[in-house]
Amino acid sequence: MQQIINFLIRYKTFLLYILLLLIAFVFTFQSHSYHQSKFLNSSNYFTGSIYQLSENINSYFELGKENETLLKENELLRYQLYNQNIYTAKQDTTKLNYSVTSARIVKNSFANQRNYITINKGKQDSIQQDMGVITDKGVLGIVENTSNGFSSVQSILNDKSRINAKIKNSNHFGSLIWDTKDYTSVQLTDIPRLAPLSIGDTIVTGAMSSIFPENIPIGTISKFDLDSSKSFYFIEVALFTDMTNVKNVYIITALNRKEILELEAETQSND
Amino acid sequence: MISSPFFISTLRFVLLILVQILIFNKLNFFGFINPLVYVLFIYWYPIKENRTTFLVISFLLGLCVDIFSDTLAINAAATVTIAYFRPVLMRFVFGVNYEFQSFKLNSSTKAQQFTFLALLIIIHHFTYFILEIFSFSNSLLILQKTLVIGLSTLILCLLFISLFSTKKE
Repeated sequence: MQQIINFLIRYKTFLLYILLLLIAFVFTFQSHSYHQSKFLNSSNYFTGSIYQLSENINSYFELGKENETLLKENELLRYQLYNQNIYTAKQDTTKLNYSVTSARIVKNSFANQRNYITINKGKQDSIQQDMGVITDKGVLGIVENTSNGFSSVQSILNDKSRINAKIKNSNHFGSLIWDTKDYTSVQLTDIPRLAPLSIGDTIVTGAMSSIFPENIPIGTISKFDLDSSKSFYFIEVALFTDMTNVKNVYIITALNRKEILELEAETQSND
Repeated sequence: MISSPFFISTLRFVLLILVQILIFNKLNFFGFINPLVYVLFIYWYPIKENRTTFLVISFLLGLCVDIFSDTLAINAAATVTIAYFRPVLMRFVFGVNYEFQSFKLNSSTKAQQFTFLALLIIIHHFTYFILEIFSFSNSLLILQKTLVIGLSTLILCLLFISLFSTKKE
């Protein structure tokens, strides 16, 4: 007994080091599987407020440029609206598929392997996990964790991100991944060899996803090649969104997502 | 009160975290270089303090940076590692001098301070990027990132040290 106590006293710093290292490892590896850590993320009240404060100061310096971007977007939306003839048609508001909430980015990152973005809307604005986040130019990511006033978004620049995407003109779909090398491009995999491709084709979100509406732009093909199995393409996609410079985002709530998921779960359990 | 070691350490703790998350995490020099300057806390921390508290404080420092930058607990693991190995490094760099009561970082030569800081940064960044990338097919990427980002951290730390140096010559 005496020896055990002596041992503990003698190596107490070493043991403490091992203990702390283990705690860090547990936090790191428990979430390696799919989701971000529930506790260690920047969407909580404290970190959110600090980022909000710094964002409030920074945003003043870019007001002019931002007005310009928003004006351009309004111009585009109005152009689409007036050319679609639904302007006067009555809409049945009980049968809407999606609702949109606007938010601002308070913390952005794109230099890591796993990038997360913090935005200033949370549970109070009925933001939940697995909602899609887009910018005026294209897809940004998927909501991962929420607190009362903030949410953290898994960016498409994250090696765990898998988003269903398709080629706009041929409807062949695959999944969108990121090889962590370059923040201006992502990769589209699982497109079969028989799909007709050419450089410059537009990639948009696919219909297989219950998170994003179909046909939200992502980027254009900059390079493509067959993968090692020689039956699928490996496509480099140049993103429309400049991930280094996003401020205003829209969160998309798929109103029928719950129904789709329930139906899918039911079908699977019947098998 | 202003000059008490406890007060100075607390101030450093808070300021280094703020500087790290609000300035250096947003730097993205060449698209990927974000120096981890908060390592300076380990360099500046008083030498004769209790090692147990030192380890716990370092862990908390890393964890705070982690929470702000969404990096799980990678910073915490790297920081606690250099905090544990700091006495070993000091004995290696400063020799037996370091055992004396009167030893101070400022009283050692510039070359010694530089080696000590460089070693701390190399170990910290190496642990950090191993954990971040965590697959050995990417071992070249680990070395490359350690080297490039380590160098940028080193340069910035040296600037900070000379900026806040109290020694008057």
